[in-house]
Amino acid sequence: MSEASITATVSPRSPGLLRRLVGSAAVPLLAVFTAVVIGAIFIVLAGFDPREAYLGLIDGAFGDAGSMTRTLVKMTPLVFSGLAVAFAFKGGLFNIGAQGQLIIGSVTSAWVGFALQVDLGNPTLSAIVHITLSLLAGALGGALWGAIPGLLKAYTGAHEVITTIMFNFIASNLISWLLNAGSPGDGIPPGPLNDGNGVIARTPQIMETARLPVIFDPPGPQALHLGIFLAIIGALLILLLIARSTFGFELRMVGLNPSAARYSGISVKRITVMTMVIAGALAGLAGAMQTLGVNYRYEPNQSLGLGFDAITVALLGSNNPVGVLLAAFLFGAMDAGSTRMQFNSGVPSEIILVVQALILMFVAADQIVRAIYRIRGEGGIGQMLSTGWGQR
Amino acid sequence: MLSNMTTTASNNRTILTTAIGAVLAVAAAFAAASFAGPATVVAVINASIRGTVPIALGAMSGIFSERSAIVNIGIEGMMLIAAYVGFMLNVFLSGPNIPAFLQYEPVRLMVALAGGVFVGGLMGLLHALLSVRFKVDQIISGTVINTLALGLTGYLYLAGATTSGRLPPLIANPFDESAGVAYWIGEIIFNKGIITYLTVILIIAITIALFRTAWGLRTRAIGEHPRAADTLGVNVYRLQYFNLFISGCMAGLGGVFLTLEAVGSFERGMTSGRGFIALAVMIFGKWHPLGAAAGALLFGFATALQGQLQFFGINIPHQFIGMLPYLLTVIVLAGFVGRARPPAHDGVPYEVE
Repeated sequence: MSEASITATVSPRSPGLLRRLVGSAAVPLLAVFTAVVIGAIFIVLAGFDPREAYLGLIDGAFGDAGSMTRTLVKMTPLVFSGLAVAFAFKGGLFNIGAQGQLIIGSVTSAWVGFALQVDLGNPTLSAIVHITLSLLAGALGGALWGAIPGLLKAYTGAHEVITTIMFNFIASNLISWLLNAGSPGDGIPPGPLNDGNGVIARTPQIMETARLPVIFDPPGPQALHLGIFLAIIGALLILLLIARSTFGFELRMVGLNPSAARYSGISVKRITVMTMVIAGALAGLAGAMQTLGVNYRYEPNQSLGLGFDAITVALLGSNNPVGVLLAAFLFGAMDAGSTRMQFNSGVPSEIILVVQALILMFVAADQIVRAIYRIRGEGGIGQMLSTGWGQR
Repeated sequence: MLSNMTTTASNNRTILTTAIGAVLAVAAAFAAASFAGPATVVAVINASIRGTVPIALGAMSGIFSERSAIVNIGIEGMMLIAAYVGFMLNVFLSGPNIPAFLQYEPVRLMVALAGGVFVGGLMGLLHALLSVRFKVDQIISGTVINTLALGLTGYLYLAGATTSGRLPPLIANPFDESAGVAYWIGEIIFNKGIITYLTVILIIAITIALFRTAWGLRTRAIGEHPRAADTLGVNVYRLQYFNLFISGCMAGLGGVFLTLEAVGSFERGMTSGRGFIALAVMIFGKWHPLGAAAGALLFGFATALQGQLQFFGINIPHQFIGMLPYLLTVIVLAGFVGRARPPAHDGVPYEVE
């Protein structure tokens, strides 16, 4: 990486940012377009009608009020989990563990949501207190799950890529035990958090007071809950934290050059642990959004793959909180529309993953897009978001 | 010179650790055999081997790539797509309108195997194209491959596609039960498919190639200091393309093992994180083929143990036993392995001047 680009990233105020953004908007849009065209080729090759498929996709994502709320609801956890990955990247850590942190967070928030009775006389006040506590529980659960790999990295040098992957699997086993429905015939008791239905591994329903308020309920299955606003506020707060706070400065410094950070007196250990704690808390909040806003309990597979989409969302958003918002919106829309696409046109919804992969590829390898559409300009710097396995 | 010496030293230490591990494992096996009976022990060992093969191959894929300075988190995707292609080729070739010589089972299975491995190699080349030619962040490039593989195999998945046959045991156990110990050892050594044997050979061959041949020296050089290698006349990009193709082939072999040797069918997302575990095992083994193989074996053993612990009458919820392989990896890593040092230029695109 050249010296100039390092200064540009480190200095909190980089001039001409807006101009750069506007000027370079064409390339990402063309990248999406190209990915969609290639997706269409795949659809044709499989003998389907791409026009019908894409119209179904758009209809399912934006067709009416109910579709739009579905897009926003699908987008909400992706914002938080995308931030969880992006934030860690800023500190030079590759958090593959968002999935584990996320499911732990969704279960801890569910636990406070169903086990705690909050009655302060005033229902609004009770709801505010209970929702806050449940959200905190989600964040804390995720933070704890992120803190362990952070501590292991800081004090034993165990690589976070390994430990976060392993903690994903440990989390899913732990949750599976906590929630298992048991088997009375074989003398296996249900797990401590199971609702005792005897069949399904799930928690009891959370209290009315713990549910995120519905702010818009159009006809259709999906009501819009408060989460989307929390997500936007969260993204802006993380942006401020990274760009304007002392901690954010230290974080970026450790991310770019841990040795230099150490020599200038920054405790790399402390920053490492804190980075993973905050990343874990963000992922935990992503899980809490699903539990408190959509399912009103923890059910198995309610957040299948969300933690891995998070990596794609973070990378597509160049680890920038605003970029993460945009990428999460795009992915939320595609996710929301895919069901109707499959229903209308018969195209398997997995084509969405292919298109998403191609979008990421063309956005990252913008030289290809520039070559196809003969766009001039340097481009192709191949922005570095990660520095290999990061040494510290 | 200095780096050469440290490499040799760590090389020796890895071999020593592996040897101690092997001796301990054999001792444990004998102890367990007198306690639980040889049939159980042999079952655990065979299950360990089955669990080890795809992860060891995935780790080899990682070594080829990362020793050439290219971070590879796309192992999972390369494995998955190869598993799919191997399986579908096998299905397709057993279908109608296929010449008889291709229908012949050994030929059909070999063609399917080769096809899967080749497509894995192509995914490796895609990774190289993106990260060498277009200088895309290598984590992004790997993520593209993972997402693409999950999407393509899910999109093209044919529900209900079945196939006749998978790779048979290469050599049958020549002993029968009356032979005692020889029979049980035979049960471990024989009755395995071709990919299992190939894996053992490959691990040894890669170790020798990496540390004893000109190719290995050049590969390690571009991983540590591509500029120096370039100055001395190594074609960095060409070597990276070549090694990434082989990297993809290794992951592909691991994927094909799942569909053609172990299971015999394909399911969506059937690699279920094995590529990521392979990545972890590679770091665990400090980018050394023998270290990675030892890590894969540890993981395979812990996985096998989880299936057997219930039979020993140990009464803990199976989910806790299920955590065992992952916890063990973390504990060993944090307690004994510690800081891993990747190839110095890993993850950094190289620009020829």
